[in-house]
Amino acid sequence: MSKILDDIRYADSHEWVKLEGDIATVGITDYAQHALGDIVYVDMPEVGDEVTKGEEFGAVESVKAASDLISPISGEVVEINEALEDEPGLVNQDAFANWIMKVKINDAADIDDLLDAAAYAKICEE
Amino acid sequence: MEEKLIKTCLHDRHVKLGALMSPFGGFDMPIQYKGITEEHNAVRQDVGVFDVSHMGEVRVKGPEAYKFVSHIFVNDVTGAPDGQIFYGMMCYENGGTVDDLLVYKVNDEEYFLVINAANIDKDVEWIKRNAEGFNCVVTDESPRYGEVAIQGPQAEATVEKVLGLSVKDIPFYNFQTFDIDGEEIIVSRTGYTGEDGFEIYGSHEYIIKVWDKLMEAGVQPCGLGCRDTLRFEVGLPLYGDELSDTITPIEASLSMFVKLDKPEFIGKEALAKQKAEGVKRRIIGIELEGTAVPRHGYPVEADGRQIGEVTTGYKSISTGKSVAMAMVEKPYDKLGTPVEIRIRKKTFPGKVVKKRFYEKNYKK
Repeated sequence: MSKILDDIRYADSHEWVKLEGDIATVGITDYAQHALGDIVYVDMPEVGDEVTKGEEFGAVESVKAASDLISPISGEVVEINEALEDEPGLVNQDAFANWIMKVKINDAADIDDLLDAAAYAKICEE
Repeated sequence: MEEKLIKTCLHDRHVKLGALMSPFGGFDMPIQYKGITEEHNAVRQDVGVFDVSHMGEVRVKGPEAYKFVSHIFVNDVTGAPDGQIFYGMMCYENGGTVDDLLVYKVNDEEYFLVINAANIDKDVEWIKRNAEGFNCVVTDESPRYGEVAIQGPQAEATVEKVLGLSVKDIPFYNFQTFDIDGEEIIVSRTGYTGEDGFEIYGSHEYIIKVWDKLMEAGVQPCGLGCRDTLRFEVGLPLYGDELSDTITPIEASLSMFVKLDKPEFIGKEALAKQKAEGVKRRIIGIELEGTAVPRHGYPVEADGRQIGEVTTGYKSISTGKSVAMAMVEKPYDKLGTPVEIRIRKKTFPGKVVKKRFYEKNYKK
């Protein structure tokens, strides 16, 4: 059974978002890291890049395959998790602690249509 | 159109073990049990067992079996002792590859061909069609055989102790048959991992018994996921990636298995011409500087344009390096040539290297 945190929001493409002020922290879920298996590379955007809700912003690579990362919000990337450059496997260890990017969002309403923990849990059961 | 997947005789074992199952070559096969990395390392450092019952088996038998096998096979089986095995390809007249396969010489009048799962129907049709006029019988025995591959430095000890088969005197690329309760089983010192190991062919019942004994002894079950990472690291081709009906063995950098001094075989003329004139493109290895992961189909670039594409790529589990096999135009095939691989929106620099990314550890 995958871990799901209560106080954050989720996209059905298995990213999570935690909004603090106008800064959104984005990562992939425990369910996603488990489904991917051993993660060997995280392709992250660069600080200053604009990301768009619903569009690809990078990729997570397991041994076998690459999976696109879909941004759950729009805005400007203000920080990336550089620790993942050397140790992408951290995502497997704790997918919620090891975020991928922080974004200064344009519109707080971006997260309104994201899933809460209960709704996301249902998707993972399907 | 939904194709019905074939289940191997070990299918229910895989499901019970919780394997991640996926279609491969028309079969529902285990991709991984615990994880590709762990299974890969088990084979490199200890021992692992693969269900390879999806592979096809074809028997060629009759007074002209030698003549016929020589006709369809690019390697040369002439003068080989009984029990020897050859790797090579079957080619079309134009040099494109029908399949790569192992040919087991039982004797001059009987050969046992092991072919790729995805190609069974195509190969059997092609072999039978070309056998017309030869005094030999071609039989597709794929449905009656199960097969396991036991691979790794501890493979010999495992087969001897757990299965009670005396295999230590079987030389590399040779096989022996054993009579087990009246059934003939085939054991060869072969594999697809770059490690020492054995492949065992027998009835479904026998192969299930073998699998259960190995599980009981704690041998790591390994899926097709690590079968691919293992074969890739030692530069072994996979039909569909490095070989295909449009890729010749010469282009795949497998000339050493094409014996152009043989009097005759299908595709000889085209392959000899290609060898003499030189190929326009060739499979090579590429090592990237960073750790971005190249994948099948990604473009290879140099001098500001695309000069080829990746056929297989991984972050190598054994070396940690991001490496690929790729089909590139000449003269970009030379060792040390700087090239770039386009991975999504960015290009990553690397250079042409030997496609053996990890040294084989065969017991010869």
